[in-house]
Amino acid sequence: MARPENGKMEKVQTTLDSVLESVDKAEEFVIQEAGKAGFDEDEQHQIGMAVRECAVNAVVHGNRYSKTKKVHLDIERSSSALTVTIGDEGEGFDLNSLPDPLAPENLLRQSGRGLLLIRTFMDDFDLHPRPGGGTEVRLVKHLAKS
Amino acid sequence: MSAKLTSRQVGDVTVIDAAGRITLGDGASSFRDTIRDLAAKGNKKLLLNLADVSYIDSSGIGEMVSGFTTVTNNGGQLKLLGLSKRVKDLLQITKLYTVFEVFDDETTAIRSFH
Repeated sequence: MARPENGKMEKVQTTLDSVLESVDKAEEFVIQEAGKAGFDEDEQHQIGMAVRECAVNAVVHGNRYSKTKKVHLDIERSSSALTVTIGDEGEGFDLNSLPDPLAPENLLRQSGRGLLLIRTFMDDFDLHPRPGGGTEVRLVKHLAKS
Repeated sequence: MSAKLTSRQVGDVTVIDAAGRITLGDGASSFRDTIRDLAAKGNKKLLLNLADVSYIDSSGIGEMVSGFTTVTNNGGQLKLLGLSKRVKDLLQITKLYTVFEVFDDETTAIRSFH
């Protein structure tokens, strides 16, 4: 796949309903963009899964399936990286309140592994309040230099 | 394609052949229902064959852990068979390799229950 020329940034934005189908859409959408950016199949899978986990958090925990709240997905592709921003319109949450899923006492918990996967698969992860309300997650994956 | 699960009996071991995607929604819930149903019917030796599973997300992993807990609390065992590299990687990342017994070969897996 052709990469954007040096210095050139291509950006796509979409707004999704707070339903589980949006999670699949977000994943498919970002995999497509990751392919265009030049990531290989394994990297596309990792980026797709990271975005899937973020989209689940936005739909389920952030917007709580609200028909009036949206998920905001922005994807920026440059010659060196793919940057994905996923925002919800929920109440926000404290990252530090989440239990460590790798602690022995938490290994058998049913949930709580999404952020671990996101952090493992992406190079940068940042979570902050979304302007106007809600939470925004910014993910970056750098392209290996060819 | 969401998850499709079928079970078969090999001696006293119940092999659950899973296929498709085990993700939040239908995939994970049908997975949960199948394991709970088999455990409730008294099946104590369960081998989960993931060879045809193309994708598992954190919800799918959660259902596997939940199934493991359900079966173990019932006095049984749940073991895994035929993991793809991607699923193996997920178990490494989440440290669940330390929880599940994992096999590449069905005969060896069946034998391990005895």
